Amino acid sequence: MDQLSGGEMLIRALHDEGVEIIFGYPGGAVLHIYDALFQQDRVEHILVRHEQAATHAADGYARATGKAGVVLVTSGPGATNAVTGIATAYMDSIPMVVISGQVDSKMIGTDGFQETDMVGISRPIVKHSFMVRKPEDIPLVVKKAFHIAESGRPGPVVIDIPKDVTDPGITRPYKYPEDIKIRSYSVPTKGHSGQIKKAVDALLAAKRPMIYTGGGVIQGEGSEHLTELTKKLGFPITNTLMGLGAYPASDKQFLGMLGMHGTYEANMAMHHCDVLLCIGARFDDRVTNSDTSKFCPDATILHVDIDPAAISKTVTADVPIVGAVAPVLQEMIDLVSQPDKNVDKQALENWWAQIESWRQKECLKVVPSKEGIILPQEVIQAVHDITEGEAYVSSDVGQHQMFAAQYYGFDKPRRWINSGGLGTMGFGFPAAMGAQFGHPDAISVCVTGEGSFLMNQQEFATCMQYRLPIKIICLNNQALGMVKQWQDMQYGGRHSHSTYAESLPDFTKLAEAYGHVGIQIANKDELYPKLEEAFALKDKLVFVDVLVDPNEHVYPMAIKGGSMKDMVLSKTERT
Amino acid sequence: MRHIISVLMENEPGALSRVVGLFSQRHYNIDSLTVAPTEDQSLSRLTLTTTGDEARIEQITKHLNKLIDVVRLVDLTEGAHIERELMLIKIKAVGSQRSEIKRTVDIFRGQVVDLSSTVFTVQLTGAGDKLDAFIAALGENVVLEVARTGVSGISRGEKTLSL
Repeated sequence: MDQLSGGEMLIRALHDEGVEIIFGYPGGAVLHIYDALFQQDRVEHILVRHEQAATHAADGYARATGKAGVVLVTSGPGATNAVTGIATAYMDSIPMVVISGQVDSKMIGTDGFQETDMVGISRPIVKHSFMVRKPEDIPLVVKKAFHIAESGRPGPVVIDIPKDVTDPGITRPYKYPEDIKIRSYSVPTKGHSGQIKKAVDALLAAKRPMIYTGGGVIQGEGSEHLTELTKKLGFPITNTLMGLGAYPASDKQFLGMLGMHGTYEANMAMHHCDVLLCIGARFDDRVTNSDTSKFCPDATILHVDIDPAAISKTVTADVPIVGAVAPVLQEMIDLVSQPDKNVDKQALENWWAQIESWRQKECLKVVPSKEGIILPQEVIQAVHDITEGEAYVSSDVGQHQMFAAQYYGFDKPRRWINSGGLGTMGFGFPAAMGAQFGHPDAISVCVTGEGSFLMNQQEFATCMQYRLPIKIICLNNQALGMVKQWQDMQYGGRHSHSTYAESLPDFTKLAEAYGHVGIQIANKDELYPKLEEAFALKDKLVFVDVLVDPNEHVYPMAIKGGSMKDMVLSKTERT
Repeated sequence: MRHIISVLMENEPGALSRVVGLFSQRHYNIDSLTVAPTEDQSLSRLTLTTTGDEARIEQITKHLNKLIDVVRLVDLTEGAHIERELMLIKIKAVGSQRSEIKRTVDIFRGQVVDLSSTVFTVQLTGAGDKLDAFIAALGENVVLEVARTGVSGISRGEKTLSL
């Protein structure tokens, strides 16, 4: 057995766990670990320019690849800077392992330099956390951390390591555990067969069925199963913001995203359905429109989730199924494939006729404006055309995020990377870095707004260091667009602290200052040619600053306090 | 409705704060809490009382079960159970009051565990409402200090909360 220091054990354990890349930023409490990193070449370390970006990059990597993202930060400010990224991952159930340095064991509790109680601070936003006490504990803690982060409903795990535990002067025999059992932690696999049968019976008897799925289908690698089941049944389907790509957006059974900025047809079908199959989604308030008593008033609710606590949390399930998505869906497919199992064809035909009439409203139709003004929706459509729908698209938070979700049309899982639960501005750019590291040959696009982008712009430097050819599409409306939209709609148009046009930087020069390429698009005639020019620069980061109509709102939009059928459809039309 | 939930958890630093933090984080209330290691030194048993409707209690038990440090739990109020709380109470006892207080202590089957010329210190065990009744019987103006442990409990019969 090799004799290793704690620092060496940590890096070796990461390698033995299959980790190829970690995102981090050095500092006093992790210097022993960084020295161990320096003396090996199995685990690649990416030096970001802010710890928040390290967590978002690891998060983007995890979302794009399905593997846990790994972060290494120092104690105190390094750890606290990571907190927003950990919370972001927690809210969206993203597997992540965050290793934070800590002051020497004997200094803990003395308010030492760069000391902070990371286990305490992160407690409400982690799946679990560890404080390592002895070097010999490191291999087992790392094994447990990855097992917990990646299995069941995934989530972030923090490992806090006091500096003395990684001391190069103290070595111990190293062996990485092959298997692990945690007596208090078990992961549901198959669902209850009786419950699954009950759910399938309800689906087959449905007159107005609806399928509503979330991020859990993507996390649980259940997209193919979902597509097969949905096509077999011929039912309409909608995805949440987190679940886009789980079912191909270009398929005719797909009604678009649901919820606050969901399509008219998806929300109407939700409201009027009589049987609702929910898979890997959690009846979030951005879906149900807050007042759950008005939600799907006629529906029998079938809820599949790996997390029992997600079931009947906000909306009571009539048929709860606790289990992993893929095996549960497989069992459903097997059941509906039996020769005597048929859907109610006539009822389904009538239901589709109703849905088609809702569809004819064309709620996402873009009406081009005059005089060369670019609409943000047109930008997303152009990006989709030019990338042929194949890009990994990350976004920040706000109007541009909703436009990207509504107009890009994701046909594959893991292509859409956004902060759905926490709604973290500043997420998109570092997340696009993570996606690019995960898929070096793919196109990584960050759709952002000038407000969000300014929150993590320092990562321009990281992208130069590692030559990341990300394409940043900034829908520049010179305002915090979603805040402004709410102020327009609910605060009499009083734009309290949501505009700053006079102080925005010249983004093209900013990109150029870091050695990247900056392109500005101000006129609609230039939209396609200049975007094509940007995407043709395959080995360069290009910041595309698109000046869009500053007055555009995101529609449809749920009416507060209403049910899912209550929507604002445009500046002049409501349901 | 009031529920008594007993939790077996890893006897490790931080485990208690995860349980307590969960309650404040999710706006659940804790009315009383008691915790100590069990006969198996690797486990602690925590018993808490809380109130809420069925849906809320279901969420509480589900979220407790999600905590990695929680090994097993039981809602004791779902079945027949025994509930006990220990109280140490200092009572002002002078002159003719002394025999009156001693009688009250006997009626409640308490024990005087310490005394001075003006104070009785009494130990009393029972369900929470018995302890409340004892305090009420004494009257507020003689009660000097109250130390209650919070509710502990165990199910009746052969059912056990163990590994």
